[in-house]
Amino acid sequence: MERPIYLDYQATTPCDPRVVEVMLPYFTQEFGNPHSRSHVYGWRAEEVIENAREKTAKLINADPKALIFTSGATESNNLAIKGVAYFYKEKKDHIITCVTEHKCVLNSCRQLEQEGFKVTYLPVQPNGIIDLQHLKEAITEKTTLVSIMAVNNEIGVIQPLAEIGKICREKGVLFHTDAAQAVGKIPMDVEAMNIDLLSISGHKLYGPKGIGALYVRRKPRVRLVPLISGGGQERGMRSGTLSPSLCVGLGEACAIAHEEMVTESTRLKVLRDHLYQVIKTELEEVYLNGDLEQRIPGNLNLSFAYVEGEGLMMGIKDLAVSSGSACTSASLEPSYVLRALGVEEEMAHTSLRLGLGRFTTIEEVDIAAQKIIKEVNRLRDMSPLWEMTREGINLKSIKWAAH
Amino acid sequence: MIYLDYNASTPLRPQAQDALLAVLGMTGNPSSPHRMGRDLRSLIDRARKEILESIEGERLIFTSGGTEANALALSNAKGLPVLVSSIEHESVLKASHNPTLIPVTQEGKVDMEQLDVLLSSFSQPGLLSLMLVNNETGVIQPVREVACLAKAKGWMVHTDASQALGHVPLSFKELGVDLLTLSSHKCGGPIGVGALVTKKDFPLNPLIRGGGQEYGMRAGTLSAPLIVGFAAAVKEALKDSSVQLQRWQQKIETSLSAAVVYGKKVFRVSHVICLGMPGVSAEIQLMAFDLKGIAISAGAACSSGTMKASHVLTAMGLSEKEARCAIRVSMGWKTHEEEIDRFIQEWQYIYAQYQLKEAS
Repeated sequence: MERPIYLDYQATTPCDPRVVEVMLPYFTQEFGNPHSRSHVYGWRAEEVIENAREKTAKLINADPKALIFTSGATESNNLAIKGVAYFYKEKKDHIITCVTEHKCVLNSCRQLEQEGFKVTYLPVQPNGIIDLQHLKEAITEKTTLVSIMAVNNEIGVIQPLAEIGKICREKGVLFHTDAAQAVGKIPMDVEAMNIDLLSISGHKLYGPKGIGALYVRRKPRVRLVPLISGGGQERGMRSGTLSPSLCVGLGEACAIAHEEMVTESTRLKVLRDHLYQVIKTELEEVYLNGDLEQRIPGNLNLSFAYVEGEGLMMGIKDLAVSSGSACTSASLEPSYVLRALGVEEEMAHTSLRLGLGRFTTIEEVDIAAQKIIKEVNRLRDMSPLWEMTREGINLKSIKWAAH
Repeated sequence: MIYLDYNASTPLRPQAQDALLAVLGMTGNPSSPHRMGRDLRSLIDRARKEILESIEGERLIFTSGGTEANALALSNAKGLPVLVSSIEHESVLKASHNPTLIPVTQEGKVDMEQLDVLLSSFSQPGLLSLMLVNNETGVIQPVREVACLAKAKGWMVHTDASQALGHVPLSFKELGVDLLTLSSHKCGGPIGVGALVTKKDFPLNPLIRGGGQEYGMRAGTLSAPLIVGFAAAVKEALKDSSVQLQRWQQKIETSLSAAVVYGKKVFRVSHVICLGMPGVSAEIQLMAFDLKGIAISAGAACSSGTMKASHVLTAMGLSEKEARCAIRVSMGWKTHEEEIDRFIQEWQYIYAQYQLKEAS
């Protein structure tokens, strides 16, 4: 069996060979604890880490000193939300987030609720984007933090970050954004967007797994309570030995993304639009989930009416795609993100997330489109519901009898 | 350059490097249900099983390293009394608010009598954390006895075994603890991964929540390359023989008759020596050794540039002044005998120079 066609770039991206190449010496030749102060092994390791920090910060227009390395975006999000909430809890106890956030944001908020904090979960419009008026109305004197993701991991829609940042700044509320799916894909600028905290994931931008970063604004200074204490690394906000190889990998991945973002976005948009056009032309009753315009170029999320979701996944086994977020996709619950857009349960079950990225080719896109079209047609041919619809019967009007 | 700072970080073992590099190029998220995800998942599960079997553990949660594993282990103690030895690593000392410190003897071993008194002084049991091997002196702590004593009184027991794996026999089952920390880069695996080994049904309070990975105890996408590298390093570390290291340890100690060896009278691991050079501050020694091309340290690698007296040595009853004259020499799988000889020679040279200066 040949390798499946990889169309799951929102779950993870392959580590770019150029990134692997710069990481290798730090696995094979260099060693030492970057926090060792008494010898050259430590100094050298520290130097490469600081260099990587600069490259990473540059991609989001941040002061390198304001960037701390973590084990990944999940940790960054936990640290940003809980860390800020705990630090300011004497004065303020209200957090605002949104229903379509990643599980790690939602579960951090749930934990805070259990501990007595108040959390507002903003709804989204049918296109997946929050209503800024709702946000303005939700902010109170007790609000510490607004945490809204930059780009949704399932439907790829981009939230109006600059506007959210402006509102938060005016109201004196901190703004955190989970930018795991955004950094390296769309321009991010912590200054222009008034972002106070920003989470980065290494493996979502062609870097290694096991590393991420959190931007924590220094001017004006944002404070937080660390999740992990100890040696006091990362300005006391995150203890633990840093891995030079992983840091170098993240830095290189950011440098490449910075260099290639514009041309790569254009290329991906062509591929994505082509994929969508081919499917839409060949199949009826295909629905796009999430806004088409306010969306990263590498994402398509489609629901296919009158097919059975599990069957569809089985039928396209040689495509590596996802029917939901990677963490929850092994379960059979319909995606909470799609449900939040108002997508009905059956339609959520038959959705596919098609993630395109740096190594996706037009040939792969064509093969994938044909496989999906063939499988949807095959499943519909077997479906009595599809047949009834074709005959003009309104399925909603039927009263199904129990046996 | 001669590297004698294995306790700060151990060079990646070739077997760990091979295992890691073989997986580094693989695509996929181990949480994804499709085949590319499942392939990575099975590599991770195999690594998990191998590590667990080799230390007779029950459940293993991968973390970003020993520091995070320690934080997770102590996360469960909220509102309960916490007892930790006074010589723990900072990541344990700072993982809870106001822990009660268990004193140690002059030799750097936890004081069992005092512990017994302390345990009886609490009206309710809590969590006790005692490291298996001290990172600065190499002194082996009586974890099994302490666990026995504390468990009988209803306490939860954690041990930080970051510096122990490969240096002392390590069995989770025999130690009788509830929680055990492992660090990959302290045994020759990659930096950036570690584990908390737990009893199967042991309740934890997750620090990092999200996608429900690691039994819901630690969210975040797992890195298969780091994990397989870690497992390969564990396997190799357990094969290590301490005979040669022990010989070198003795060689250093007998050759340097002017040196003070801390923890000398009790059981220690054979790859670490905490060595005092009377009258010469560690800062001066480290600079002199660095000029001679020898990399060592004065204790834990910490974030601040300032050199404080080691809390481990002051807990053993040393004065600040004495403690400031101690360095830590740690050896490992790549060390050669010539490097040990060079170290001995340079130590003697530095000390002789100091004596000359004093005399003039």
